[in-house]
Amino acid sequence: MFIQINEVNKQYNDKENQPVDVLKEINLSIDKGQFVSILGPSGCGKSTLLSIVAGLTKTTSGQILIDGKTISKPGKDRGMVFQQAALFPWLTVMENVTFPLKKEMKKKVAETSALKYLQMVQLGKYLSHYPHELSGGMQQRVAIARALAMNPETLLMDEPFGALDEQTRSRLHLQLENIWMETKKTILFVTHSISESIKLSDRIIVMGTKPGTILQDITVDIPRPREEYKKEILEIEDHIMSYLKKEIDKVVSEELEYANSH
Amino acid sequence: MQTAIKRMIFFAAIIAFWELGSRMELWHPLIFPSLSSVFSALAEGLQDKTLIYDLIASFKRLAVGLAISLVIGTLIGILLGKSKTADDTLGAVILALQSVPSIVWLPIAIMWFGLNEKAVIFVTILGGTFVMALNMRTGIKNVSPLYIKAAQTMGANGIDLFIRVIFPASIPYVVTGSRLAWAFAWRALMAGELLSTGPGLGYTLRYASDFGRMDIVIGVMIIIGAIGMIVDQLIFQRIEKSVIKKWGLES
Ligand SMILES: Nc1ncnc2c1ncn2[C@@H]1O[C@H](COP(=O)(O)OP(=O)(O)OP(=O)(O)O)[C@@H](O)[C@H]1O
Ligand SMILES: [Mg+2]
Repeated sequence: MFIQINEVNKQYNDKENQPVDVLKEINLSIDKGQFVSILGPSGCGKSTLLSIVAGLTKTTSGQILIDGKTISKPGKDRGMVFQQAALFPWLTVMENVTFPLKKEMKKKVAETSALKYLQMVQLGKYLSHYPHELSGGMQQRVAIARALAMNPETLLMDEPFGALDEQTRSRLHLQLENIWMETKKTILFVTHSISESIKLSDRIIVMGTKPGTILQDITVDIPRPREEYKKEILEIEDHIMSYLKKEIDKVVSEELEYANSH
Repeated sequence: MQTAIKRMIFFAAIIAFWELGSRMELWHPLIFPSLSSVFSALAEGLQDKTLIYDLIASFKRLAVGLAISLVIGTLIGILLGKSKTADDTLGAVILALQSVPSIVWLPIAIMWFGLNEKAVIFVTILGGTFVMALNMRTGIKNVSPLYIKAAQTMGANGIDLFIRVIFPASIPYVVTGSRLAWAFAWRALMAGELLSTGPGLGYTLRYASDFGRMDIVIGVMIIIGAIGMIVDQLIFQRIEKSVIKKWGLES
């Protein structure tokens, strides 16, 4: 086991200072080099779980082990792509991507490596632009290049393609798949798109909401590239949909209940 | 109509009213001198260089006072932003001190340093320090947690995190703080100079008043106002605008 999530619970305090379960008894073992998607309705705690693995959020109880070592703080072995691009506005695209490399390599070497990843996300012409001069999708691609340039063993990606148009997204799907096959990184990929998760991952963790729990652990063993296996993809899609529908219904009925009681 | 055109018409009207009113003797020249006499007083001051020396003297004091206040203000602001204890204790004092007009410190300054250059610079420093400190504090507190998290996942922490992320992220507040510090220090300097010895714009202002030279009084006031406006609009507001745009803070 490479990443081991043991009995993780996470509570936040609500407005009346009452603890609310956000994640409940999360257990998950991930092999080195696996591409795992975490799929679930909005608010089920996907970002929270990823942030715990990144070492940015403390668990209420339970622990995360990576390579046998307990995680207590963030580290460069885990690169994170956030839901929002999180680029530093005072740095150019190039400076943003070389930010994590500054300390450990010469400027020239860092820039060569950064350029490689920026070209991979088709932004080789925007090196001296500032983030505010880029569109949201371009910013997100810079953030992806930044995480890749750090060359971490584990990539944590929180809906990295959520803000992109369909064409850009498919192109980046292919690139991410290639990078993953070349580098054999372990990837934890949060999404709420069923088709995206089937297209990319070895394994799909379906999460339910209130409290956030793991509902299903689905293995996707469709050969890659997967475009040709339309029938198999549809089967898994229906399978996942049946679980998610219950969850989405639950969210909707809770919303209605709340609206009626207020 | 465009703002610039409106403004030009407005100022032309004021100037016309001013000069015509003086020529038609609607008021006594000792109460309010004519525009042309103000101009000739200014021209005279420039020619015999007294005004130039005043300007240089005032700007020297301002440069020293403002520079010191920006440094002290930034350091206090960082302390308040990073330490909750300092914020709860020293922060409350700074907040109270900020509402004390800095010229009120002049009597103390005179007792400490005597009625000289140092006393005026001291008042100028106090004028700028507290706004700078409070803005720096707000800037540090308002740094987006997302930037800090992103930097942490990239291996930055401690002093490195502060220098590379927290401080640059609060630059918009540093700029606003500097702009306000400049404005407050400029006012404090003029007030201090009024009560001290020359040369200096404020000193010349009082001197002219003592000798009944209304033309010089109005002339120097125009200079003080013009410098305040030019520095604010042409320097600080421009920097502020571009920083706000770059840092993505436009609403
Ligand atoms: N700092 C916090 N304080 C209190 N509650 C929080 C905090 N962060 C998250 N939560 C709550 O935890 C729950 C899960 O949030 P999280 O951001 O992990 O959801 P998510 O699955 O990523 O949703 P989405 O798909 O919309 O991004 C939400 O109900 C949210 O209100
Ligand atoms: Mg999320």
